[in-house]
Amino acid sequence: MSGGFKDAKKDGSDPAGTSMSNGHMGIREISAGVAGGKWSAYEITEMYIDKIKSMDDRIGAFLTICEESARAQAKAVDEKIRSGKQPGKLAGVPVAVKDNICTDGIRTTCASRMLENFVPPYNAAVIEKLINEDAVIVGKTNMDEFAMGSSTENSAFRITKNPRDVTRVPGGSSGGSAAAVAAGMVPVSLGSDTGGSIRQPDAFCGIVGLKPTYGLVSRYGLIAFGSSLDQIGPMSKTVEDCALMLEAIQGRDDRDSTSYRGEYQQDYAGRLSGDIKGLKIAVLKEYFTDGLENEIASSLNESIRRLEGLETSVDEVSLPAAGDGLSAYYIISSAEASSNLARYDSIRYGYRPKEYADVDELMEKSRSEAFGTEVKRRIMLGTYALSSGYYDAYYKRAQKYRKLLRSQLAGVFEKYDLILGPTSPVLPFKIGERSGDPLQMYLADIYTIIVNLAGLPAISVPCGFSRDGLPIGLQLIGPHYGEQVLLQAAYALEQDLKLGL
Amino acid sequence: MNYETVIGLEIHAELKTKSKIFCGCSTKFASEPNENTCPVCLGLPGTLPVLNEEAVRLAVKAGTALNCRVNYLNKFDRKNYFYPDLPKAYQVSQYDMPVCTDGAVEFECGGRHIKVRINRVHLEEDAGKLIHLEDEPYSLVDYNRAGIPLIEIVTEPDMRSPLEAVTFMRMLKSILEYGEISDCRMEQGSLRCDANISVRPVGQKEYGTKVELKNINSFRELQKALEREEKRQIELYRFGEEHKIVQETRRWDSGKGRTISMRSKEEAHDYRYFPEPDLMPVIIDETAVSAIKNSLPELPMEKYRRFTQEYGLSDDDADNLTGDRYLSEYFENTVREGAAPKTAANWVLGDVLRMLNESDISSREIPVEPARLCRLISMVEEGKISNTAGREVFREMFAGGGSPEEVVEKKGLTQISSEDALLDLVRKVIEENPKSVADYRGGKTKAIGYLVGQVMNESKGRANPAVVNELLVKELG
Repeated sequence: MSGGFKDAKKDGSDPAGTSMSNGHMGIREISAGVAGGKWSAYEITEMYIDKIKSMDDRIGAFLTICEESARAQAKAVDEKIRSGKQPGKLAGVPVAVKDNICTDGIRTTCASRMLENFVPPYNAAVIEKLINEDAVIVGKTNMDEFAMGSSTENSAFRITKNPRDVTRVPGGSSGGSAAAVAAGMVPVSLGSDTGGSIRQPDAFCGIVGLKPTYGLVSRYGLIAFGSSLDQIGPMSKTVEDCALMLEAIQGRDDRDSTSYRGEYQQDYAGRLSGDIKGLKIAVLKEYFTDGLENEIASSLNESIRRLEGLETSVDEVSLPAAGDGLSAYYIISSAEASSNLARYDSIRYGYRPKEYADVDELMEKSRSEAFGTEVKRRIMLGTYALSSGYYDAYYKRAQKYRKLLRSQLAGVFEKYDLILGPTSPVLPFKIGERSGDPLQMYLADIYTIIVNLAGLPAISVPCGFSRDGLPIGLQLIGPHYGEQVLLQAAYALEQDLKLGL
Repeated sequence: MNYETVIGLEIHAELKTKSKIFCGCSTKFASEPNENTCPVCLGLPGTLPVLNEEAVRLAVKAGTALNCRVNYLNKFDRKNYFYPDLPKAYQVSQYDMPVCTDGAVEFECGGRHIKVRINRVHLEEDAGKLIHLEDEPYSLVDYNRAGIPLIEIVTEPDMRSPLEAVTFMRMLKSILEYGEISDCRMEQGSLRCDANISVRPVGQKEYGTKVELKNINSFRELQKALEREEKRQIELYRFGEEHKIVQETRRWDSGKGRTISMRSKEEAHDYRYFPEPDLMPVIIDETAVSAIKNSLPELPMEKYRRFTQEYGLSDDDADNLTGDRYLSEYFENTVREGAAPKTAANWVLGDVLRMLNESDISSREIPVEPARLCRLISMVEEGKISNTAGREVFREMFAGGGSPEEVVEKKGLTQISSEDALLDLVRKVIEENPKSVADYRGGKTKAIGYLVGQVMNESKGRANPAVVNELLVKELG
């Protein structure tokens, strides 16, 4: 499949040669090795920076490689261990971060000309948390501009290729973070998910990714797209790594007013087991329609049989509201985006046009010249939806729909522990195949968006391959703060399927 | 035909919080440009607002003082528009669920009892400030003000003359000052006022077309701007050209003394309000509201009534004192030190106010302590110094400090009441003013007043006028 893994092996640069069969080292292995002195954080960092440098020309997952700061962070971790202090849970673990998450002193572009040279003077809350756990930020990853897209082709800077088949897209908008993990350039990464931007590229690249409950992970420092929908989440090779990353990045943050105020589950990874006996799973009838590719449907059916084999019950249920999700999502996310992206007026920071007559022209030109087509399309859509005379027909109606959807989903979760469905209706498509057709592109989100509209957690796990060897993702949706049961079910499936990713 | 003027006001008042409404930056006035800024109030990408609860508390206090209903559930919305002084290109404000609604302020004006209904009080953030340089091709922006908490108070169109509008504004200002809700310094922009004005033939039920006046920086300007616009609209009516009054925003140009059209209704912004997704709805606790109600001090109208009843002050004196919270407190402290209320009121509304105006000092910073003014008053009352000398002493105390005793001593202003000491002066004045003496002896008893005045002059104000009067009567026998 991917040449990525083979390259990494040929390098022979794995410290102590203890890597797992496919060349992947998980969080526990890396951090235990760093904490126990088997290898240093510095060595691990060097190894992964080498991997990135040798592989990324072909994949294009990264926009910035943070060599200097990563080395400095790694040295600090090693120093901490030398001085006898207890290392963090992610000691020496290299992490790639989507380029819409602010990193102090490191360019954060949102893959837009608008922020090409924007260097935030602060870290996002999740970056602080990762550094507190002694992780090492090795690079910033490519994405659709301002997270608007499903193929990462909307980046202003480069095309990212799917490591499973470099003629295909890695999905989006967190395509760079997915490709980086899939290619083995980092063990784990962070993405953001507004309508499926973590889960869909995970399905395309054959990795695991979790979109947490809205509020579980602080949005402070995440450059906003749709504020009521955005969540940061982990992307990884295994469910266990996903759980460990979630433990590290979640938590109440007083800088984010939408941060969850209740109790946080502390030990997701420690509670994982293959036992999901008695779990009640709902399969949404509305998800198995004409738009779903046959190979995906049959792979999902196989997974359902496997789950039933694990003594769970799987029932088909109906969610009548599901059908209108796409329209409501594009109204709400675009409305919020039109306001969130209004601040890019080139007055204080960001792109500046070469010539302008006055301040109005300065603002107009900067936005016309520096935003890409898709971003402009969404800004116009959202502005229209909020305009006086149209507000009730669009934005208000979409919000009403959102309430209806929430209550219908709550009804499902009264009877079931989880909802199961496909992550994406289509297999990874060819680069350029859909980029001219925005509606086709929007349809890629059809199974993932209701999760964001309802603020629910959802995970995408690999469940098989197409005849051509393209990965297929399965999505599990949980009730609010139901991350543990999601991870548990995903873990059981992963162990049962043993796809050998 | 007679015309009736209809006025409604929109007032912005900066709240007296230590930090801004959505971040921890200081609200200090006159800091270095952009000193009080951070990633949040500069609207840098990825930052989020966190509501300052003190701002909500002060807004509730304002609403309560204005007899509004407090909305236990209220929320923030985004008001979207592009302007370089607005860092996020939207202002976080409250649209359809403001913190307080449906209040009223009542007061007397020109012998009429006026009730101005308050439509709403809502919270919002202030914008920064553009600084235009005269000889430069660029402008500067100072974001210190961006994110300072404001309340916007919207009245119903219940005022019927510019004077009523100004009287309402004075009342509102003193309420906000009494409640320690806002500094209300119009000259620094912490209290701002936009006015909506229309006219209609007396008897007509529907309102005429309203015009919004902006850029008004003082009560005087408010009155002038309204009078000018009232005149413009009435003249258009008189010439049958009322159709030329269009719904628009006009800027008051104080230099030229006229209003200038800024934009018409068609050019008005579509602010595309929608609920602010970065903030949770605000839920106000009922017990918190009653605590705030109890924390409200005596408000101007109550104090006015008390001053007339408890101290027997005239309506005018009570009104003038209570219109200014700090002046009324100064007066009351002077009375507490032992001064007679009426005399204290004369002093405070006379010499104290005059000196404040002359020296451009605010009434909250009167340099003479009430205890010292009280001692000065009793020195005059007891005849130790004359009234004229007393006023001179006050001037001195106001300008340079010191106790009344010290100033009297230093300037040698003790009143001369001994007949022996005054007799020589009295005789000298009689000698030098034969005409007045003749008038007096001829039956014009009023002439004695002139002679007393001459003695006072000769004594440089130190002579006790009663004693002088007595001596003159005796000498002129």
